[in-house]
Amino acid sequence: MSESVLTSEKGIGRSPAERHRPKGDGMRGFMSSSRSDYVILAIFALAVLTMPVWLAPIGAGYPDILQKFAIFGIFALGFNILFGFSGYLSFGHAAFLGTGSYAAVWMFKLLSMNALIAVVFAIVVAGIFALLIGYVSLRRSGIYFSILTLAFAQMSYNLAYSVLTPITNGETGLQTSRSDPRILDTMMGADPHILRTPDFFGIALQGWPGFYFCAILLILAFFVTMRIKNSTFGLMLFAIKSNQNRMNYTGFSTRPYLLAAFVISGMYAGLAGGLLAVTDPLAGADRMQWTASGEVVLMTILGGVGTLLGPVIGAAVMKYLEQIFSSFNEGFLHRSFDFLPTGLQDFVVTIVSPFVGEGWHLTLGLLFMIVVIFLPGGIMEGIAHLTRRFRKGETGGSGQTARTGH
Amino acid sequence: MTNDILSISGVGKRFGGLRALDDVNLNVRQGSVHAIIGPNGAGKSTLLNCLVGRIIPDEGSVTFDGGSLLGHSPHQINQAGIARVFQTPEIFGELSVMENVMIPAFARKDGAFRINAWARARERRAVREEAEHILDDLNLWEQRDQIVNSMSRGDKRRLELAMCLVQHPKLLLLDEPTAGMSRADTNNTVDLLKKIAERGITKVIIEHDMHVVFSLAETVSVMAQGTVIAEGTPEQIKASDKVQEAYLGGAHL
Repeated sequence: MSESVLTSEKGIGRSPAERHRPKGDGMRGFMSSSRSDYVILAIFALAVLTMPVWLAPIGAGYPDILQKFAIFGIFALGFNILFGFSGYLSFGHAAFLGTGSYAAVWMFKLLSMNALIAVVFAIVVAGIFALLIGYVSLRRSGIYFSILTLAFAQMSYNLAYSVLTPITNGETGLQTSRSDPRILDTMMGADPHILRTPDFFGIALQGWPGFYFCAILLILAFFVTMRIKNSTFGLMLFAIKSNQNRMNYTGFSTRPYLLAAFVISGMYAGLAGGLLAVTDPLAGADRMQWTASGEVVLMTILGGVGTLLGPVIGAAVMKYLEQIFSSFNEGFLHRSFDFLPTGLQDFVVTIVSPFVGEGWHLTLGLLFMIVVIFLPGGIMEGIAHLTRRFRKGETGGSGQTARTGH
Repeated sequence: MTNDILSISGVGKRFGGLRALDDVNLNVRQGSVHAIIGPNGAGKSTLLNCLVGRIIPDEGSVTFDGGSLLGHSPHQINQAGIARVFQTPEIFGELSVMENVMIPAFARKDGAFRINAWARARERRAVREEAEHILDDLNLWEQRDQIVNSMSRGDKRRLELAMCLVQHPKLLLLDEPTAGMSRADTNNTVDLLKKIAERGITKVIIEHDMHVVFSLAETVSVMAQGTVIAEGTPEQIKASDKVQEAYLGGAHL
């Protein structure tokens, strides 16, 4: 406290930064942080676009599953803006996923098979829906908020099956048919009576084009999330998560910030739902069920809550494990363990078989427990541990600062 | 009377059968340092909570800077120019020191709500420089990139003060700013508070430490059993029999 004078004679013309920083270090801090964003984005884009190559050795190099990685990556990215940044745990985000799917299929039916129109409409409708649900749910915080969102999602699910059947086509699910008007397509001279797959200005979005369409949207979604995370808005969300009380006494009206985060994350979910409809133009109410809401919570926690990259990795890991473990059957297990003596082999297969096939959720449960107990920060924390150990081995290492987890 | 920035008149508050505040009248002069002392349970913190909108009084009026504070939410009261330092620091534990100070500066610059989801927060020059100056003033510059949770208790209190000062409040409320501090830390805090007095910010301080009260305050109000029993200069208060009785006669001290 020695010499600091609060009447700021010394401060004129020179900021503390200029006085304290070593010469020439002035603006570089800003520039490099901004530039490192683009480096991260470039690496992310490259990694996503080359997934077909580097994921092929583990048996995930085909478009169907990679598309799922991308779509659920978007879903989890958006969910993380609410849960990871502001700390508000929504248990009803599947409602927006489902809404997005329905909205997209309606566009396919009414206007055009162009995926872009469908996806934009899905985002808008899910955003409006999120605004309504968020407005009511955000009157409460903590567990009550979670319960409210869960209640709304289950209501949407049940409505989709009952009252809203004219819009959702109930249990059968909403799908395109030959009798749909498809006004824009008809105007462009296409025969609406021939069922086509969704396309992007003439490129049919099946197989690899389908994957790349989703992948580019994932990269865009990632970029937007990155901007939000580093923005003033993002800082406010992190501050709300840290101490909402202080935010109020600091002069912020916190609810509009939370509502904005809720709507943005609902729009991400709508985009993901729309993309699910693009890969397969069929929307069912199942997509709104609470298990789907729970899934995105697990993905986010598995990958790393509040980190930028974590939710994308969590989504991919979960969809991959789902694919692998649910495809195993007893025959496969017997073959895998045939190096064991017969008695022991039967015993091992009996133990393992409940964890695969239909029961793969048991495996997921175990994995989830292991992650939460040993790596509460998710996979990203594990990666951070490893890189720190690696760096220490090389250069002696230095401490990391918080909130840099990408 | 005309240059009172804060006037509290006839404020009362009941919690069930307990009369926490009973016809409290108190005026704070613009630019002054006003201490509120009194035994535990006298209603000091309740009164402060009424000022920031945490508690709504049952009766009476609170006027600040020409307008009523009643019926306004905490964020509106802050935007009107009242900042509060809490008894246990209310800060953003997971964020860095710099971010902690930038956030209140944003509240002053951008108001209660504005979405700026594209530009980088750290590159808002005006806000950043403001925060840098305050950190420098309060000797927190070296710790600017530290995560707040890892700071010492004294530093956290200093940080909370920085967070209030960066907003250039018209009225600063301090709830026991030296509670639980060592003598050396207390002296440092007193020096610091004396320095910020030069900024002309009106301050209301709740304090148990008489040394702190008598070295800072120009006016002292004594509360007991939910009401103000005496008011005057530190010298008058020291000499008052009534105050001696409230402090020594009660079983509280």
